[in-house]
Amino acid sequence: MKYVDEYRNRNLVLALIKKLHARTTMPVSIMEVCGTHTMSIFRHGIRNMLPGQIQLISGPGCPVCVTPSSVIDAFVELAGRSDVIITTFGDMIRVPGSNGSLADARAEGADVRIVYSPMDALTIAAKEPEQMVVFLSVGFETTTPTIGATILAAEQQGRDNFFIFPANKVMPPPLDTLMQDPRLKVDGLLCPGHVSIIAGADSFRFLVDRYRLACAVAGFDPVDILLAILALVGQVQAGKPRVENCYGRAVTRQGNTRAQSLVNRIFTPVDSEWRGLGTIPASGLALRPEYSAFDITKKLDIRAAPSSEPRGCRCGEVLKGICMPKQCPLFGSRCTPANPVGPCMVSSEGTCAAWHHYGGLEKKQIEGGKNEERQK
Amino acid sequence: MSSYITLDHGSGGLTGQILIQELFFRYLPDPVLHQLEDAAVLPEPCGRIAFSTDSYVVDPIFFPGGNIGELAVNGTINDLAMQGARPLALSLGLILEEGLRLDDLENIIESIGAACEYAGVPVVTGDTKVVPRGKGDKIFINTSGIGVVGKDIEITTGRVREGDILLLSGTLADHGVTILTSRAGLEVAGNLQSDTRPLHFLVEKVLEQEGGAVHTMRDPTRGGLGTTLAEIARATNLCMEIEEEDIPMHGEVRAACELMGLDPLYLANEGKCIVVAAPARAEKILRIMRSVPEGAESRIIGRVSKKYPGRVVLTTVAGGARLVEPLSGEPLPRIC
Ligand code: SF4
Repeated sequence: MKYVDEYRNRNLVLALIKKLHARTTMPVSIMEVCGTHTMSIFRHGIRNMLPGQIQLISGPGCPVCVTPSSVIDAFVELAGRSDVIITTFGDMIRVPGSNGSLADARAEGADVRIVYSPMDALTIAAKEPEQMVVFLSVGFETTTPTIGATILAAEQQGRDNFFIFPANKVMPPPLDTLMQDPRLKVDGLLCPGHVSIIAGADSFRFLVDRYRLACAVAGFDPVDILLAILALVGQVQAGKPRVENCYGRAVTRQGNTRAQSLVNRIFTPVDSEWRGLGTIPASGLALRPEYSAFDITKKLDIRAAPSSEPRGCRCGEVLKGICMPKQCPLFGSRCTPANPVGPCMVSSEGTCAAWHHYGGLEKKQIEGGKNEERQK
Repeated sequence: MSSYITLDHGSGGLTGQILIQELFFRYLPDPVLHQLEDAAVLPEPCGRIAFSTDSYVVDPIFFPGGNIGELAVNGTINDLAMQGARPLALSLGLILEEGLRLDDLENIIESIGAACEYAGVPVVTGDTKVVPRGKGDKIFINTSGIGVVGKDIEITTGRVREGDILLLSGTLADHGVTILTSRAGLEVAGNLQSDTRPLHFLVEKVLEQEGGAVHTMRDPTRGGLGTTLAEIARATNLCMEIEEEDIPMHGEVRAACELMGLDPLYLANEGKCIVVAAPARAEKILRIMRSVPEGAESRIIGRVSKKYPGRVVLTTVAGGARLVEPLSGEPLPRIC
């Protein structure tokens, strides 16, 4: 089957690459905020086609990676209880905490189940009324509305054995924190399309106002990404930063206001700890008091202990974009996807995993390759 | 008979005998099996013997397009076929969990019988054990198979050369996606189906006409096309160059992969093979592969070069290039 999808069209991609090569006249460093972008850029081999002056830096946008080790430890401890069924998205289960991962707990007999949606967790709760079914509620703006909807459904069903472990986060506050770090040199941001569908393109405006950062909201196909990079290069070179919506077919300036109000109805902002970034004010979401009956941390009085990073792991700096995965001494030796030390090597969106998996082809290696031939 | 498997069914006593006579023999007609000897004695083979074994623990045991039974038959037949062997006979080892529904077992045995009949490869010896509830997961199946390899057939990675052509016998990742989505209870539009099927007819036809030009064959099961090609690359210290655009894939499979954040290159196939062939004969081999139903969607997907020795390089649909590393760790669906 030929891919007919216009957003992956090879000729379009190559035309955009050509344009980028022609237009880029100065070094531009761009942070892709979101792990899905990082992965897509690697998977489509885009990184190798970009002009040398464009530097891509991966940011903190992998929900699994930014979940601090204290919270992972609490997950694992909770999984050890015989009256609890843990339900979680898949990539969480291999993240190592200080006493092993959820996968380890499962091997020791804990009931840990992978679900694809929090609604599945609610279904399990209905089937197993004797157990407390806990959904590990991790994720950004994209995920939160579904979790909110599940809470409402649980309330409607009068389900008293369904809980979440609230660990959701929102995107703008950590970006604010990040940009204050003088070690990070970024000219522009590739803003995540799926977060923006919910939160709206305008949610990144403050970055332009405060830090004069160029911003482009982008989808996840190659053409989307390249259009956004082109826009960013244009803004940076002209010295006129703004928020440019390059994903107009899905994103509006205001976002999905219905989803937003659903989230506001159920969740309330709280200070939240991020791996590598520390505690950031109003960057997490807790359940509002009206819904606290669904909060397992309230029910069982769970308090996260202080975090301790896996020894030698530089995930914190990787998430901030000040350390490239390959600069971590454990990368590829002690830390691999099969045997991860830090979360960035676990998640399919993790920066270290992406580099480990796809990062083998350096720019110089493909010289004279098909790409150049086709560009001519 | 009761409608569930009990520990008695595996005790070697009468209940077990009834199970064998009334259920297994109904679907598995081979006279050698029916002799119930400790070992099957087969006619003298004419050629070198290929011998292979594999165990099947798939969850769920029934999935769109098949079940664990036919998977176990086709899987071992395909392992033999990939060495250029003509499969002769299979063994069937069952480990049943106490409480397995008898009608589920019957469905599975029935499709084992049907798969054997279709393939022309009988089950000639077997064994059944029952483990207490919780010590197994419904049903585990082991099949071993023997086959014979024709005189001038030599299928080995050692014969792969620079310039060889890579052919794939059909669409990618159908089985892996079907299993993951049915495990997830995900509804995907269209109709996803496992591709479980035997490949020995296709292989036989190719080898009959072009045996000398086929250098190696592999079926990309667990670990998928990416891992299998990486293994060939590593073993030969040559570069496998493939074109994403040329890899056949169902639209539903692609959509499901995107939804779950999975790379189809690493998902299992249960009825596809990679053929590495001499360049001058590749087009002819492609035509032969396409002439049988299980190879109708065969494509040339790449070639062997020296560009990056020991590695697999994929030219993406977007025109970029990237390395394809072997899979490490189970593919896990992402958070989104
Ligand atoms: S390579 Fe492993 S240990 Fe190093 S920063 Fe990445 S995840 Fe942490």
